[in-house]
Amino acid sequence: MKRFLEKLVEGILMISGSLTSVAILLIIIFLFKEGIGLFNSPEVEKGYVLSVSQANPVNSLSPLEVKDIFDGEITNWKQVGGTDEEIMIFRFDDIFNYYPEEEMGENYEFLPDKLSSVVQEHATIIAFLPEKYLSVSFQGKLLDKKNISPLDFFFGKEWFPTSAPVAQYGVLPLILGTLWVSLGAILIALPFGLAVAIYLAEIADVRMRKVLKPVIELLAGIPSVVYGFFGLVVIVPFLQSLFRLPVGETALAGSVVLAIMALPTIITVAEDAIRTTPRIMKEASLGLGANHWQTIYRVILPYARSGILAAVVLGIGRAIGETMAVLMVTGNAAIIPATLLEPVRTIPATIAAELGEAPAGGAHYQSLFMLGCVLFVITLVLSVAVEIISGKRSSRGV
Amino acid sequence: MNKKNIIQWFTFGIFRALSYLVVLILFFILGFIIYNGIGVISWEFLTGFPEDGMTKGGILPAIVGTLCLMAGSMIFAFPVGVMSGIYINEYAGNNWAVKFIRIMTNNLSGIPSIVFGLFGMSLFVNTLGFGDSILAGSLTLGLLVLPLVIRTTEEAMKAIPDSFRTGSLALGATRLQTIWRVILPMAFPNIITGLILSVGRVSGETAPILFTVAAYFLPKLPASIFDQVMALPYHLYVISTSGTDIEASRSMAYGTALVLISIVLLINILANSLRKYFGNKVKTN
Amino acid sequence: MDEKKIKLEAKNVNFYYDDFHALKGINMQIEQNSVVAFIGPSGCGKSTFLRLFNRMNDLIDGTHLTGECLLDGRDIYDKRVHVDELRKNVGMVFQKPNPFPKTIFENVAYGLRVNGVKDEKYIKQRVEESLQSAALWEEVKDKLKKSAFELSGGQQQRLCIARAMAISPSVLLMDEPASALDPISTAKIEELIHELKKDYTIVIVTHNMQQAARVSDKTGFFLLGELIEYDQTKKIFLNPEKESTQNYITGRFG
Repeated sequence: MKRFLEKLVEGILMISGSLTSVAILLIIIFLFKEGIGLFNSPEVEKGYVLSVSQANPVNSLSPLEVKDIFDGEITNWKQVGGTDEEIMIFRFDDIFNYYPEEEMGENYEFLPDKLSSVVQEHATIIAFLPEKYLSVSFQGKLLDKKNISPLDFFFGKEWFPTSAPVAQYGVLPLILGTLWVSLGAILIALPFGLAVAIYLAEIADVRMRKVLKPVIELLAGIPSVVYGFFGLVVIVPFLQSLFRLPVGETALAGSVVLAIMALPTIITVAEDAIRTTPRIMKEASLGLGANHWQTIYRVILPYARSGILAAVVLGIGRAIGETMAVLMVTGNAAIIPATLLEPVRTIPATIAAELGEAPAGGAHYQSLFMLGCVLFVITLVLSVAVEIISGKRSSRGV
Repeated sequence: MNKKNIIQWFTFGIFRALSYLVVLILFFILGFIIYNGIGVISWEFLTGFPEDGMTKGGILPAIVGTLCLMAGSMIFAFPVGVMSGIYINEYAGNNWAVKFIRIMTNNLSGIPSIVFGLFGMSLFVNTLGFGDSILAGSLTLGLLVLPLVIRTTEEAMKAIPDSFRTGSLALGATRLQTIWRVILPMAFPNIITGLILSVGRVSGETAPILFTVAAYFLPKLPASIFDQVMALPYHLYVISTSGTDIEASRSMAYGTALVLISIVLLINILANSLRKYFGNKVKTN
Repeated sequence: MDEKKIKLEAKNVNFYYDDFHALKGINMQIEQNSVVAFIGPSGCGKSTFLRLFNRMNDLIDGTHLTGECLLDGRDIYDKRVHVDELRKNVGMVFQKPNPFPKTIFENVAYGLRVNGVKDEKYIKQRVEESLQSAALWEEVKDKLKKSAFELSGGQQQRLCIARAMAISPSVLLMDEPASALDPISTAKIEELIHELKKDYTIVIVTHNMQQAARVSDKTGFFLLGELIEYDQTKKIFLNPEKESTQNYITGRFG
């Protein structure tokens, strides 16, 4: 009986122990299940088709081309491989400019025929039509129906998930925005954090350490939304007036806020790494007439290198995944930024800002899960990198 | 002073200045929010409902919501986390399974909170049909802090010398008895400290609750775990960025931020004094 | 003997770790170009005393010193003394070989570089000379660019001696330099100490009484923070004056 109880408890404990692994597995399954769905969704809005005249040599258009045509940025068929003629844009509602409503019949039963003839009569037309109003004898040529391609997703330069007729899911500006903000943050936080870590581990006396340690703990404990709020009411206006910007919500504002948030991680991990340097190394260096600073940068820092690297990677990881603070201060413009003084939009901020409005199961919804997958993979890679870096350290022994 | 000592004096001076700056940053952030928020705090603010498009009134539903989420997530994460910590530290040897669990736990703690939000929405809200609810939000938050609870439990148990284990086992106690009667009571103070810090983390998280529980505006208190609630961090986000009248609700935002920060401060002070209290107790014994 | 120049001198030295009185009223003179061994049981203060002479104890918080420690007749704890200049002049070899995670060459060059030597040609020359004096040159001359960790324990310790000598100190402090080594490496180190006596004043702390007997001219016996007896090594080992010295040497405690 006693043995049975022991076994039972051990079994229960083991199940709890494996829960984190199960959670990761579930996260992967659910994220990718929704995310991959994106690549099975049609480029053109569901239930709609794009059509051109039979005479038009163009058979298919890329999502970006369609968008540019409907935005009026591409105006001639020549630009997309057709003949040298001006493009005529036709949206479904435009039909009433050609035929009065009375001619459509009681229940719009003549509408499909009218649509068909409009497309037939205009050689330069591109028409965006609901599938259900296509007649059996539709005279236009339907453009190739393609699904959203991973290539367009990962290398597309435009993110307009709500644009019609073809939504743009180019994730490049978001990835670049995330990298800009995170790298900016780490550039600020690394020298800063390293200096404080060295001070704490090597220079500070007990009294100062007693002040600094809880301060760093508190900095780590402040909720990200409070940092975001602080950034919004203090840092954003400050940067705006400092650089005379039209808007203060910029990548730089995000970097500054993220730098403060990443500081505790960098300081703590780097300090631990610096402390692992054996005392005999330090004494050997001092015994040779090196002063304290020479000992720090010639012996201690090289010795703690991998630990410091781990601190950097962890800091970057924290910065890349941070959502609320960034959402509140970076301005959220999905454009590829030229400088840190422009608004950007990061991957987590995009998910947070758009998921509420994206109908469940739609392509937009799926694209946000795909963004989640991208984020997940990035942080997983960083986690593994830290694992490898710190593994190397412990195997080096010495 | 020779050249290298001048360089040292200069460098150390910079390091010291930057360290003071860290303290200054914290005090500036805290001071700024306290200075601007203290005037807003009143009995009405803490116990009233939001009014006039959230530009007036109180934040009671958000406070209650956050408390619900703190409690809910811990009901899930605490037992599971402590049991995992016990398993990893006391039962499993140093085999591949433990290494795997440890790596997975580490990885879980590295996943961004917004990804937890996506996952919680997909699994708890949609697939399991909990809807936007305290239940879905608590489970999502619980999962988020699980690695933290596991790690603090593990560390608390690791700190107990092996001699206690061998001593107990040598007296004929089983492993379970040893854990239950010797190890857990000794590790308890540190486990509790870890729990408190985890609660603190939960109180401020926003991204995981965006799509699993948080309500934009809901002027009533929850009646069951299947209700939506408002939450302090989300409320702060809403009224500072996308409320009906951001300028008019600014003072409400300062007040909310102050309440949020007070919770975090309180929790930190509590954890630290517990640590000190138990630390002293262990020493004198 | 009396005409020999006094290199190191301790005058009524007391040393405290917080409240713990670690060294009690020590007086000692160490002559130039001699080898002096400190023996005594663990915790007797011999290492602490050794470390006073290059101010290594400064690194430990809460310590406190009274009395005088003199090098060439000058108080090394005087405010005007630069501690790194002092340490350059008083080299130290530690209990465990502690090469830096750098190449063999850079380990030896380290002391020169941190003391502001920029002339690469001179550095190269000093590295070779030092490795030769440490009887290591033949073994490592083809792998100077390799990591110091690739050397055996005994080689690492001789590398540390070479490293200490590269900056031309006049005193070498050795804190149980052979305690982590095998007998063959130990013999090599002892042989080396004999050689080095010509150019250096050497103070060696050791646990191993045979070693003290083999390498030193004079021996000091420490017990519970006091210098019990300090005399010619032969006298200490053959005919000590104090009973506790006799007991220690014959292995009755320690």
